[in-house]
Amino acid sequence: MSHIYFDESIILLDLEVKTKEDVLNAMGGNLVEKGLVKESFLDAIIARETEFATGLPTNGVSVAIPHTDVEHVNKKTISVAVLNDPVDFGVMGDPEETTPVKIVFILAMDQAHDQLSLLQRLMKVFQNEATLNYLANETSKTNIKNLLTEKLGFVLEGGE
Amino acid sequence: MSKKKQVLVACGAGIATSTVVNGAIEEMAKENNLSLDLVQIKIAEVGGYLDTADLLVTTAMTKKEYPFPVINARSFLTGIGVEDTKKQILEELKK
Repeated sequence: MSHIYFDESIILLDLEVKTKEDVLNAMGGNLVEKGLVKESFLDAIIARETEFATGLPTNGVSVAIPHTDVEHVNKKTISVAVLNDPVDFGVMGDPEETTPVKIVFILAMDQAHDQLSLLQRLMKVFQNEATLNYLANETSKTNIKNLLTEKLGFVLEGGE
Repeated sequence: MSKKKQVLVACGAGIATSTVVNGAIEEMAKENNLSLDLVQIKIAEVGGYLDTADLLVTTAMTKKEYPFPVINARSFLTGIGVEDTKKQILEELKK
């Protein structure tokens, strides 16, 4: 498995936003600033979310997993944001429906088919109500980083 | 023995969600001793398989009509209703 960039600087808490575009601009802008994605990432991820929504209703708090093509990504990473108030995202596969999303995971992947185990682990997190509730309410970025690093089996690069 | 069924697994980007669904169907096929021709693509590429595919499983449902059945795969991601989706897929594959 290739290394992933994951630290407190790409975990955003108490994000005060009104629309899903605000969410993507805030999270994507942060990734651009850090050089983890190209500037084209922002438009691409907003366009993709508009065309193919990624909101996922779960048994806990709804999540969304915006992502786009690998060519906009410099360094594989997953950015996490917990929103102050849930924001409506379209439901994946049901474009007419929306779901109030509380936690957003931007998947910035640098290879198209190289992350099966990572994604399967992420989906396990989505199926675990207790973990989702913990993430939605935890106030320490370091605790969130440690929990996700363990749950997702990250091989961290640098800084650890 | 009948011809291998061709199953298209598609998402918007052909990067994230279809990978998970692809893995789940592979496992399901193994459990049920089914030999499948699994093709992982972007939803925009489905048009190239109109003559050969038997089934489309996708997280990026479209309103477009296809000559084969289409099954929504979101349950593979959320776990909600995943047994129903698997049953649906198996039924199609055993036809």
